[in-house]
Amino acid sequence: MLKFLLRTVMLAALAIPAVHAADEAPDVTIKNLTSEVIDIVKTDKAIQAGDQKRIQEVIETKVLKHFDFNKMTGSAVGRNWNSATPDQKAQLAREFQTLLVRSYSNALTQYKNQTIDVKPLKSAAGETDVTVKTEIKQPGTKPVPIDYDLIKQADGWKIYDVYVAGVSLVANYRDSFGQEIKANGIDGLIKSLHDKNTAKLAEKK
Amino acid sequence: MLSCLSKMIAEGRRAGVWFACGVSLLLAACATGSNPRDPWEDANRKVLVFNQKVDAWVLKPVAQGYDAVAPTPVRIGVSNVFSNVEDVWIGINNLLQGKPAASANDFGRFAINLTLGIFGVFDVASEMGLDKHDEDFGQTLGVWGVKDGPFVMLPFFGPRTLRDSGALVVDTLANPLSYIPAIPVRNVSRGLKLISERADLLSAEKALDDAALDYYSYLRDFYLNRRKSQIRDGRRVRDEDEQSRAEQPTVIVFNAQDKDVELGRSRLLFVELERKVLAAGVLQQSELASDVPAPTTEAI
Repeated sequence: MLKFLLRTVMLAALAIPAVHAADEAPDVTIKNLTSEVIDIVKTDKAIQAGDQKRIQEVIETKVLKHFDFNKMTGSAVGRNWNSATPDQKAQLAREFQTLLVRSYSNALTQYKNQTIDVKPLKSAAGETDVTVKTEIKQPGTKPVPIDYDLIKQADGWKIYDVYVAGVSLVANYRDSFGQEIKANGIDGLIKSLHDKNTAKLAEKK
Repeated sequence: MLSCLSKMIAEGRRAGVWFACGVSLLLAACATGSNPRDPWEDANRKVLVFNQKVDAWVLKPVAQGYDAVAPTPVRIGVSNVFSNVEDVWIGINNLLQGKPAASANDFGRFAINLTLGIFGVFDVASEMGLDKHDEDFGQTLGVWGVKDGPFVMLPFFGPRTLRDSGALVVDTLANPLSYIPAIPVRNVSRGLKLISERADLLSAEKALDDAALDYYSYLRDFYLNRRKSQIRDGRRVRDEDEQSRAEQPTVIVFNAQDKDVELGRSRLLFVELERKVLAAGVLQQSELASDVPAPTTEAI
């Protein structure tokens, strides 16, 4: 039984086309991504002055391509995801992405003198679903563990969940999304996400 | 010793009365929320509004002032001192949870930081590789299998579960700050601790506010998930949730008989899982002891 399973996994691994980006180890992806973003945040004058637009630009060009927002949104919406139409799915993913980008960029503006420590990956070769553990260290406070779940795709490793202090950011939305859908349907959830995003946009201006 | 004990009882009575008052108030305002973990949602939401006002008018401005006035090394030193005092209770909790190695680490931290770290001002122990742990009595109760009960938003203290609200009384009693004989010194040190902790959170709150669709439920869910993860010492929460969802059909039978089971569903699953792991461990040990080769090695 085990041998059969192993063979299937091996065959599946062989079936994945070898693309250059996919050859990069996932912990290297995370390490490069975090150090690149921190370097920009540290050196960019506009960001240090609190320019939200500039930060979002950085996120959109550097960070977004490393995430699988479809998978993230599906996981946050839970079992209702299957009953959504393709159009609803696309809208949900777009609004959810906007929400996450905004809160992430806000977190980045708070960046001071923390260091990010990416732990070496402990996983067997050929695995396509891994967790990369990191730690944010700040003098005087307990280090905060941040774990990234990554899945291997044709164009490289994609993050599909982030755990802050052991809590899945995606799963944390599941209950409130579920309640919103129960009360107002999938379109209700799209609307409330959209309202939140536009309200935040207005606030910034 | 005796005076310490009587003081403990007196403190406990006072805190206990307050706790009982709080709970009965909440029960009186009992409302049906849509989340099974949060039957007192309406009352809880009101308490959050109250807490936010207290924070906005008093705590946050003071914390901001402290953040602006005290230079970073001072702030770090202050928070280190409080953190060092807490290591003793963390060590006791690790002992109560059956983790002697972790407990030794905590007592070691306390001793090293108290001496080499000059009364805890410098966290030398962390640099020596003795990591800070995160334990409290609520986690100990969780490890012992006590159900966490409904979610409660406590005035001033913030999010808790019913179990952890009770544990908070024990945690407060166990904190050496409660036994500083001079009352003004005790109050000042408690106040400084509160402000120092609040100042540590200043940078985090904006991101939280932006991320939440509904601040209350985001905070609640984050707290509940965080507690689950803490009780498991950082092991992950999501996988088990998915597992419990997959096993839901079998649990529904339980639900029909006992409503409490539904609340403690994931808890039960976890306790059961722990038991299985424990049983497997014991089995393996006895096998090793009698020199019987493990039958599974060949398959691998």
